[in-house]
Amino acid sequence: MTFWSLLTVNSITFGGLLFLLSAGFSLIFGLMRIPNLTHGSLFMLGAYVGATMVGGLIGISTDFWIAALVATIVVAAFGAVIERFLLRQLLGNERAQVLMTLGISLMVADFCLMVWGGDPLNMSTPAHLGGFVRAGPLAFPLYRLAIIVIAMIFAAALWYLLDRTRLGAMIRAGVDDAEMARVVGIRVSRLFTIVFALGAGLAAFAGVIGGPILSVYPGLDQDMLPLALVVVILGGTGSLLGSFVGSLIIGFIYNFGQALLPELAYFVLFLPMLLVLILRPQGLFGRQMP
Amino acid sequence: MATEALALTGIDAYYGDSHVLYDVSFSLGEAKLLGLLGRNGAGKSTSMAVAMGILPPRQGTVSVFGADITGKPPEAVAAQGVALVPQGRRIFKSLSVAENLLVAARPPRKSQSNRWDFDRVYAAFPRLKERQGQAAGLLSGGEQQMLAIGRALMGNPRVLLMDEPSEGLAPQIVAEVMATVKRLKGEGLSIILVEQNAQLVFDVADDIVVLNSGRVVVSGPAATLSHTDLHQHLGVY
Repeated sequence: MTFWSLLTVNSITFGGLLFLLSAGFSLIFGLMRIPNLTHGSLFMLGAYVGATMVGGLIGISTDFWIAALVATIVVAAFGAVIERFLLRQLLGNERAQVLMTLGISLMVADFCLMVWGGDPLNMSTPAHLGGFVRAGPLAFPLYRLAIIVIAMIFAAALWYLLDRTRLGAMIRAGVDDAEMARVVGIRVSRLFTIVFALGAGLAAFAGVIGGPILSVYPGLDQDMLPLALVVVILGGTGSLLGSFVGSLIIGFIYNFGQALLPELAYFVLFLPMLLVLILRPQGLFGRQMP
Repeated sequence: MATEALALTGIDAYYGDSHVLYDVSFSLGEAKLLGLLGRNGAGKSTSMAVAMGILPPRQGTVSVFGADITGKPPEAVAAQGVALVPQGRRIFKSLSVAENLLVAARPPRKSQSNRWDFDRVYAAFPRLKERQGQAAGLLSGGEQQMLAIGRALMGNPRVLLMDEPSEGLAPQIVAEVMATVKRLKGEGLSIILVEQNAQLVFDVADDIVVLNSGRVVVSGPAATLSHTDLHQHLGVY
């Protein structure tokens, strides 16, 4: 009983982290038509920046949430720079853009190794969120429940931004038909920068709040990127609802797979992706790519 | 000489290596309607793509009310007051009707007398108002055409490019669209109407340009063109 309920909470928590990671990945894919292979690196970079600040930089330890905010802003700015000054140079050449994101991810990985070394950094949970919540005979770690709540708040905020604001409608118009969006006067290139920065910031934020659970280590980027890819293939690119549902599904499959079939964890993880690619290539909630 | 709302001068345009427009020149007078005719593949839509900045020409210039816009991207051309009702309508299918209008809204120019906003677009196309919350992809073909026109008007354009607005519509809807075109012209909007159906255009056009295989073959005031001239280039119409 305890085992199953704990596994369920862990699955939802991990799903929440995956949602924060993959929502931006999905939007970037939908709008710019490229899988952003730096997305795992942005997650890791956020985690390192956050962990360093919380752990104490030149002897001064920062509050967890301020560290999360700073990491989010720093990495969002980094994302905007990548888009404006690197990807922009290769506009219209999507293959070259993908290779560019791959190259940047390798450079970020090396940079992190150089700065933070090869040993994992452990991050402590924020003090006020330690401990457990008891429900009858069950006890759930408070921090994991907090992540679920945070992910829900972000999901609602993102939904509002995309579904209820003019900027959101413009982004969706760009996903629908980028050329026509430009014809009606939407500066799609500016949307690219906004969406890339937003996605980078979300990934970094997920990296920080995931830090206490996952710890921060070299290779974290390459552990997270495939998960974002699976979520988006499962849910459909450019669809927030798809990212949400896909993240939950993968959260469950990943945790239950590792607990019950550890030898086959990756097999179990990628099987649904293969099935979706064969049976419904646009994903569960995606539209047919033009 | 009257002000030219839009002028293409000596345009040579290519899709990749294939040469599609050869030294194409024509101009649209202010508050006039220019009918652009030609068979399938004559270069009509390509001319509109060049005018809108979607396809930069390799030679020649495009100007809007005297301002050179050659090589400017579509969003900059839109900012100059040019709007396109594209072939195939290309409404944003996953957006609601109201959102389609919202994303294209642009404040009117100071000098502009006829200002477009939600209320006026909905007054012109009551069906759109009824369906404002619906996903645009669920509209009928005629309603989608209305939406494409309404979307273009939300940009408060000075020049309206309409690429085969009658395509695939029932005769009754075509008549409605043409009535709208006449009304817009009456309000002083400068319009290029691209059509395969010459009959439709002759009713409303001040000037006619006929393209054939990427070249201008006939150009002049609608009143002075003989039907035999056109017949030669358009076949049966």
